[in-house]
Amino acid sequence: MEALIHEVYPVASADYTSAGHASADIKKKLKMLGVGGDVLRRVAVASYEVELNLVIHSQGGHLDLNVFPDRVELVSEDVGPGIPDLSLAMREGWSTANEEARSLGFGAGMGLPNMKRNADEFDIQSEVGKGTVIRMGFRLA
Amino acid sequence: MENVRRYHSVYLDKERCRGCTNCLEHCPTEAIRVRGGRAHILDSLCIDCGECIRICDYHAKVAVTDALADIHRFKYSIALPAPSLYGQFRGLKRPEYVLEALKKIGFYDVFEVSRGADVVTRAIRERLRDDLIPRPVISSACPAVVRLIQVRFPELLDHVIDIRQPMEVAASIARAEFCKKHNCRPDEVGCFFITPCPAKMTVIRAPLGQKKSALDGAVSIMEIYGMLLPHVEKMQADPDFEPSTSYGVAWASSNGEANAVCPESSLSVDGISDVIRVLEEVENYKLNDLEYLEGNACVGGCVGGALTFENNYVAKATLRKLVAGMPKVHPDQAVPISMLTKYQMRNDVPFEPNQAMQLDDNLVAAMQKMNRMKEILETLPGYDCGSCGSPTCKTFAEDIVRGYATEMDCIHLMKNKLKAMAEEMVNLAQMTRK
Repeated sequence: MEALIHEVYPVASADYTSAGHASADIKKKLKMLGVGGDVLRRVAVASYEVELNLVIHSQGGHLDLNVFPDRVELVSEDVGPGIPDLSLAMREGWSTANEEARSLGFGAGMGLPNMKRNADEFDIQSEVGKGTVIRMGFRLA
Repeated sequence: MENVRRYHSVYLDKERCRGCTNCLEHCPTEAIRVRGGRAHILDSLCIDCGECIRICDYHAKVAVTDALADIHRFKYSIALPAPSLYGQFRGLKRPEYVLEALKKIGFYDVFEVSRGADVVTRAIRERLRDDLIPRPVISSACPAVVRLIQVRFPELLDHVIDIRQPMEVAASIARAEFCKKHNCRPDEVGCFFITPCPAKMTVIRAPLGQKKSALDGAVSIMEIYGMLLPHVEKMQADPDFEPSTSYGVAWASSNGEANAVCPESSLSVDGISDVIRVLEEVENYKLNDLEYLEGNACVGGCVGGALTFENNYVAKATLRKLVAGMPKVHPDQAVPISMLTKYQMRNDVPFEPNQAMQLDDNLVAAMQKMNRMKEILETLPGYDCGSCGSPTCKTFAEDIVRGYATEMDCIHLMKNKLKAMAEEMVNLAQMTRK
């Protein structure tokens, strides 16, 4: 089924000034659609985490919002560097964030676990040298 | 955005409005539109924060409050001054100078709202023992912030503390004590809040969290400041006066409440745009290690209210000095626990979400409207000039979809259309000449 709402947010690497803008807009759009309560907050957390991951770890990419009559989907796609060990990356507290990110209070190693915990469906594919694709689905009650 | 009639204290003086766009840009909830050469306030979105009152150069945005003469509707009138009133008088040494001055201008009696704040402080501290309230627990003292949450952050409503506001608790105590002392009926007593802002006036008429306000009206600080000033300067200290605690007085400035309620784990934020930024963080679960959140729509807290006279920074300094000169007794010691059962502390009505942001009740219809908005937005110039009467091109696109505007309200689209029409006329003229 094709998404009725399809929005693409480009996210630049290390652009801390705009970090959070995409997830704030996603939240606002969902509120205008009448999506609220628990689903809204889970999408809010997951979209913020995935957006920040693009800023902190990727070499740039985009975050897509797709809304269907029965579900919300977030897709993050970047151009690299890719994650060498996915099971390690999914572990709580594991982080490869650099000094700049840590000095801004990021890099607690909770990003991916938080996304997985908040989404109803979670899928991550990564290839070193190519990039990472994260798909998250949220059921609308 | 169905325009439900809700009571608002902030309204527009049609005669004074020039139809400029200053207020459009400054409204934090994008609740103002200019149509037919003058501003309109959208009832469903307005939170009575008073930003437009502050920004309007023509004083066309005004707040309806009660006139001082209204206090004579009652046999007895009690003034309940917000502690921010004390901050209006530079060098003020003791609160009772202001209280005595209030009697001089016509009130029969006075009761400090800071005493209400003391009781509320204790009640909130007791209420915080309940782990079921999601953290951070959000203060309900600023009605503009509560209304902001209803419109923009409805899923945070269960964070908002369900304890009545200091002015409400103060009014309940003041009326009961007065009736007992003077052996009179409650309806013979009028309780009037001396208010720093329009939002407090609004909740007296259209209560939040309770069926009926304990107050009968509100008189603005701005209205009586000039009358009070000469009296305040002449007052003598009253050795028998029992003031509220310094903590209650400090509620008038930002961080005063947080410091009284939960100094060990709280955040206080003031100024509506920063309040919005912090609430975004709460929404993203970024602040759940925090116990208490105090948000004030006005910069500096209530001392920065749109109906105050003194510069908010000066008022804050005045209050700080006054507080420093008062004994340091915490409300936990000053307020007996029996007060919390003697008077009603909890709200009796839940805070309801305001659906004004929603494009349509039906999800699919809302999605269609959102897509239509996007298509319209792509044809707009993106200047956010306000000439169409909507604050931004984005809200203009939304207004069209909601049926509140048409594309030709945009002067840039109109110009392009005229140009195309002119070209067509030239073409026609050339064709017919042959």
